[in-house]
Amino acid sequence: MTQVKPTSGAGRIVLDGDSVEFGAGESILEVATRHARDVPTLCYDPRLDAFGGCRLCVVEVEGVRNPVASCARAAEDGMVVHSSTATLEKYRKTLVEMVCSENRQVDVDPLSGLASQELAALADRYDARTGRFAGAQSGCSYEDDDNPFILRDYDQCISCYRCVRVCAEQEGDFAISIKNRGFGTQITVEFDGLLNASACTFCGQCVQTCPTGALADRKALRYADTPGEIEKTRTICTYCGVGCSVDVLTKGDRMVGVQPAMDGPANQGALCVKGQFAYDFVQHEDRLKTPLLRGEDGELHPASWEDALERAADGFLKALEEHGRHSVYAVASGRAPHEAAYTTQKFIRAGFWNNHVDNCSRA
Amino acid sequence: MSNPLIDMQKPDVIFCIGTNMTECHPVAATGLKKAIARGAKMIVADPRKIPLADMADVYLPLRVGSDVALLGAMAHVLVRDGLVDESFIAERTSGYPELKAHVAKFTPQWAEGITGIPAADIERAARMYGEAERGAIYYTLGITEHICGVDNVQSLCNLALLTGNIGREGTGINPMRGQNNIQGAGDAGALPNNYPGFQAVTDPANQAKFAKLYGHEIDLEKGMTKVTALELCGDKIRAMLIDGENTVVTDPDRKHCEHALSSLDHLVVIDLFLTDTGKLADVVLPATAWAETDGVCSNTERRVQRLRAAVPAQGEAMPDWWIVSQIAKRCGIPGFDFESAADVFNELCSLSPIYAGLNWDIIDKGEYHWPVPEMGHPGTPILHQGVFENGRGLFKLLEYRDPAETIDADFPVWLTTGRRLESYHSRTQTGRSSGIDYLLWEETLEVHPDDVESWGLRDGDFCTMTSARGSVRIKVEATNRSPRGTVFTSFSFADVRVNDLTGSGYDPITQTAELKVCPVRIEREQATV
Ligand code: SF4
Ligand code: SF4
Ligand code: FES
Repeated sequence: MTQVKPTSGAGRIVLDGDSVEFGAGESILEVATRHARDVPTLCYDPRLDAFGGCRLCVVEVEGVRNPVASCARAAEDGMVVHSSTATLEKYRKTLVEMVCSENRQVDVDPLSGLASQELAALADRYDARTGRFAGAQSGCSYEDDDNPFILRDYDQCISCYRCVRVCAEQEGDFAISIKNRGFGTQITVEFDGLLNASACTFCGQCVQTCPTGALADRKALRYADTPGEIEKTRTICTYCGVGCSVDVLTKGDRMVGVQPAMDGPANQGALCVKGQFAYDFVQHEDRLKTPLLRGEDGELHPASWEDALERAADGFLKALEEHGRHSVYAVASGRAPHEAAYTTQKFIRAGFWNNHVDNCSRA
Repeated sequence: MSNPLIDMQKPDVIFCIGTNMTECHPVAATGLKKAIARGAKMIVADPRKIPLADMADVYLPLRVGSDVALLGAMAHVLVRDGLVDESFIAERTSGYPELKAHVAKFTPQWAEGITGIPAADIERAARMYGEAERGAIYYTLGITEHICGVDNVQSLCNLALLTGNIGREGTGINPMRGQNNIQGAGDAGALPNNYPGFQAVTDPANQAKFAKLYGHEIDLEKGMTKVTALELCGDKIRAMLIDGENTVVTDPDRKHCEHALSSLDHLVVIDLFLTDTGKLADVVLPATAWAETDGVCSNTERRVQRLRAAVPAQGEAMPDWWIVSQIAKRCGIPGFDFESAADVFNELCSLSPIYAGLNWDIIDKGEYHWPVPEMGHPGTPILHQGVFENGRGLFKLLEYRDPAETIDADFPVWLTTGRRLESYHSRTQTGRSSGIDYLLWEETLEVHPDDVESWGLRDGDFCTMTSARGSVRIKVEATNRSPRGTVFTSFSFADVRVNDLTGSGYDPITQTAELKVCPVRIEREQATV
């Protein structure tokens, strides 16, 4: 494990013949990506410290004998870099072939997680499904972890350590750890047991960074067989005031999952268990589907919007008439959008000319 | 928050008080963890040994409701040891000589007697914060849900003003908002004292402005707070509109709330589910949920962000703004011809000075922190840079007051309440999301193992907990998170109605309920079979 922190001042490098600028501390990979070079990666997550484990991102640097892992090497002034040569591509193809051969399955359902298609995409790019290295598989699945959120299928693990690093570096939870070394390496949790018995908070970050689906979103995968394309809609988590950006995943009219937005301004890709997994109240059968009106019998009964709105308005007008304009009060929600609170306060102020309105922050 | 969330990675000294951040604002807490990994020090003050306490350099286990004494003593140490920012005080504050004289009596020894924290630890915490280049304060409801909530916040302001830890990167006084748009409900004017954009209703200039906008002159007097309104239901208050709030479950003193709402002539509730509050209504109107609704929300760092609909509404549910507008129109109130959420938001922007530089299209990427006083303004991630809005930062002279109720022979144990990671408020949403039950399936009462023993309880057995207002049956969980003599539970499960017990008092200024402190008696449940 080489842990190189890129540190150096700004300057220029020659990238595939073009002279390009780089900023202080930028890695060769970051500079190349910024200049539209598609350098393949597997163990790389831009939010985490460079790791340099998979070597897929290697580039040639003139004057350096062996290819260097571009994710873990800082750009230096005057460097001459080749990001894609025939030798590099051949080397990368071999690496991808080896990785693919160790996995039971290269293609996994995209509902598995945000990064789950990375290995399959590389297999396509390098035409690497040849089975040239077919043989022993590392890892071992842990199917008896019955937690409802995170599927652990270590047959699919390629030991990129993204899950371990996201847990430690992003979450500071250290729930996932590494067992053994070399070929016998396995990703596991404290004491080799169930996630629920570990420090795991089920934030789902490991699932979202896993490039193979070895850790997968079990809740979303319930809809793997539902027909339809997955569509994503960018919105904000509905729970606490941090305001994390999420993509809601849908197939047709059905919500099938949530993924964090890596470019979310408040969360930069992070989520907690509520934002990640507590979304299905939206399409729960208990939702109110029609207005309800209290009948003569004292019970609530389904009613049409027309009748319900009429009755709602009548009650306020009656209070106004009988008890004056200070007898009406409104409470706005701290959960609904601005437009709800704005119209609620305007209803009171424009309608009853007073300030009898509040929200639920006092509770 | 005075500073943006990204700043949480930047302080050298973090002071968390009354915030169980790893459970209530988990993603924000990751910022603090990064700061600590980078070498920042952390002070944590909380009655319970919450997870943050395990990461703290100094942990201050204060008795519930004794924050003002702790913070007063910290101010005392800062002043006594000269750990104050003289030039900041001279340039940007007023009232320092008075404060200096006032805090002279708040010695750490005095505070030890009230808070139960060793004086030496108070000294250490004060020095740590006072010596910081960048010191940042974070708090949540553990500070505000007290009869002295305002005093608590002002005590924190005093510390920041003394040390100049405000208006710079990585500093500030940062309340973490609990609900996704509680900030926005205030921004949009759902407050009895403010028009949209925090424009005071008592200012005649604002009155004139809104008379023009809303077609009629509006009272110069502040409206009632919700707490007062609930007290006057059936008396002065006869009709009420409640949008998306499960009042009877989340507000303190449930019996009082139920009685209040039942005495109304007319109650209209807008919500996603038929809640216990909805069951008391004359009219219940189904609103569209998150992921079905286009709109805008403001987060805890004043960032204005877009909500987008991903799926069609369930049944006949409609957006809240549409429902309220339809009722208003039928009441003959002018100005409700909105055709979209964008129309409503743009009207709000047009009359709120802090949103003057915003509109529906501009906020698409969520890059603005209000105030945004004009078009082209980049927004204001850090408040109070260079100058305070109202001129100078004023030191407040505060005195410690006991909670509304204190423990005695009948109710000898402190109960404090809060939230847990996996659930949210009354669980109308998390409780209906599959899998959450796997992590949190029942309510428990957290009791120190020694108390479990000395009160004759058993871990996992039920006990009866009684306050001056009511009594609940709840399962005992022995844990070292609770200090001796203080127990904790959340208010998330309908079958354990903790708000039958709470509600002993309110802050006289904000009328925020004292949910954090309630004296109780705990008895082993008598075997019934
Ligand atoms: S489980 Fe996934 S993320 Fe973790 S090491 Fe294996 S392949 Fe990488
Ligand atoms: S994902 Fe968690 S931390 Fe982020 S807004 Fe939602 S509840 Fe808050
Ligand atoms: S991406 Fe650079 S070594 Fe894996």
